[in-house]
Amino acid sequence: MKKVKADPKGVLTGVHYLDGDYAIAEGALAAGCRFFAGYPITPSTETAERFAARIPKVGGVFIQMEDELGSIAALIGAVWGGKKAMTVTSGPGFSLMQENIGLACMMETPLVIANVQRGGPSTGLPTLTGQQDIMQARWGSHGDYEIIALSPDSPQECFDLTIEAFNLAEIYRVPTFIMTDECVGHMHEKVVIPPAEEIELVERKWYTGPKEEYFPYKLDKDGIPFMVKAGDGYRFHTTGLTHDERGYPVINAECQDWCVRHLCDKIRKNADKIIKLEEDEIDTAEVIVISYGITSRVATRAVQKARQQGIKVGTIRLITVWPFAEKKIRELASKVGAFVVPEINYGQIVYEVERCAGGQAKVIHVPHCGGWVHNPEDIYNAIKEAVK
Amino acid sequence: MKAEDRFEERNPIEDLLRMDRIPHIWCPGCGIGTVVTSFAEALKKSELDLDKVAVVSGIGCTGRVAGYIKLDSFHTTHGRPVAFATGLKLANPELKVVVFSGDGDLAGIGGNHLIHAARRNMDLVVICVNNFNYAMTGGQVAATTPLEANASTAPYGNFEFPFSLPFLMEAAGATYVARWTALHLRRVTMSIMEALQRKGFSFIEVITPCVTLYARRNRLGDGLNLLRYYYDNSEIHHGADTRLLDISFQGKIVVGKFVEKDKPTFLDAMNQHFTRVLGDDYQLYGRINNDRD
Repeated sequence: MKKVKADPKGVLTGVHYLDGDYAIAEGALAAGCRFFAGYPITPSTETAERFAARIPKVGGVFIQMEDELGSIAALIGAVWGGKKAMTVTSGPGFSLMQENIGLACMMETPLVIANVQRGGPSTGLPTLTGQQDIMQARWGSHGDYEIIALSPDSPQECFDLTIEAFNLAEIYRVPTFIMTDECVGHMHEKVVIPPAEEIELVERKWYTGPKEEYFPYKLDKDGIPFMVKAGDGYRFHTTGLTHDERGYPVINAECQDWCVRHLCDKIRKNADKIIKLEEDEIDTAEVIVISYGITSRVATRAVQKARQQGIKVGTIRLITVWPFAEKKIRELASKVGAFVVPEINYGQIVYEVERCAGGQAKVIHVPHCGGWVHNPEDIYNAIKEAVK
Repeated sequence: MKAEDRFEERNPIEDLLRMDRIPHIWCPGCGIGTVVTSFAEALKKSELDLDKVAVVSGIGCTGRVAGYIKLDSFHTTHGRPVAFATGLKLANPELKVVVFSGDGDLAGIGGNHLIHAARRNMDLVVICVNNFNYAMTGGQVAATTPLEANASTAPYGNFEFPFSLPFLMEAAGATYVARWTALHLRRVTMSIMEALQRKGFSFIEVITPCVTLYARRNRLGDGLNLLRYYYDNSEIHHGADTRLLDISFQGKIVVGKFVEKDKPTFLDAMNQHFTRVLGDDYQLYGRINNDRD
């Protein structure tokens, strides 16, 4: 993996007061993203607006496409044209993008999609928060595949994790999602943007060998194929069909087995390297609160109160939502009495926690159907119930 | 000289085909291969740097073209090749990007992308093989099926008014619009050459025989019968009013070059506009893709 310093042209070094949506745009520019195709949708539009305002002075392209189907298609094209590319959307747009998220996975195209979640289903709550697309991020497109999804809890983390998302996308050649939400997207906070030389970026895994020996999907030692871009004389082919290492379609079960296992295993086998968690007092905990995004900030209040009452509460914040921190939760399941899982949906990540707890620890869900964050009291009550 | 030296069995466009993928999947009598041959000849005559030509296809019979052409080639999703090509072209403006797909892919499921790329005068060459039906899936009715024609999902004949693609494209803003049939091989080649050598959104419709489905279901005979129909019923009318180009079942087919005009492409307009309004603050977005240098 080749690492390079960020291009200062895209880095707005300094201390800023930004909302999460703007911070995502700044993170993308700092990460070297020079192509943005998107479609307006509340509450994510500010990212597109910021990018549209900034890119002419940085050097690159912003295009407002006719819909989200086109936006994601244009992104994949742009990446194969040699650019780093991203888009931003919310639930309804994310639904439309599922089609070509599958293509991006199949073609092993590194790109970044930020989903500033709102309440659903359907048009739902355009202006109010939700965390209801978490399972969709994992399973939204048809077929078996794996992606990476990160969940920032602040504008600062929107900036940091957008850079991280670009790096992960390049390392694993996989679409990477920033699963934030309306609250974080519209929350203004201090965002520190470091100097360009302090921002480390992963360069695309460019192929440099002899042209005649290039196969688009021949796996390198690390299990990730090398990439080229259109126009470099490789005259390569890539397809959404099940393909062999030449990128040629092969329609049989053997090739499907090779192709699908590779798409999934490159993430599954590297899960330990990918997953980032923020843990607090889990070693002594009798109950652990597992949360992500804005909900983890709300949970803090409940955890403080419970600790004041003498309850041994640990917390895990899923910075990486997908791949899921399966190993960690399995380990902890035999050591703690219960997991408390608040999330702004009617049950999503809780199913993962239940699966990994495997009946060894109690799992208490604290649902919220969207439109606002939890009342910390509800999470506190769940913690109390957990230690009963 | 031995006979085998003199007569080498070689397809004249072999160097532009992925011979390791031949034989192709198209039916005997299908017109897609004919259009591919025209495209290959146009590429050769155009003297373009072929390393800088990319082909993008969608899904369907014509969608398979990208898999057979030995250039940088992308077989994308149903309806999205124009949007994909938009990203590819904008990311790497030195490329000549050709979208090669069918009527169902481009004008049916992909209609929105098609009209918007035309509106933006995106610098793309779009070759649309129109066989009047969804052939890959078994001959279903399409947005181009003539009235009264039979299709597997219009078993009593089609009653939906079809698109006239040249009319649609001109209205949407395409700056080059032509229509030919698979019989007009040299004209197709010439139109593709013209499109390759110009800037802006170029749309070339080629009416082709679908022998296995459209022709059989409508009792129109084989490929030769359809070429005979094109021969008897096509009328070359350059510059024809695109409002008058509807195709009725087994009726007259007006062919020719209907539109050719200059207009700034998306990228030219972008560069001109930002240079004007932002002056020196604008980072001119150039022809060279520096990301890899």
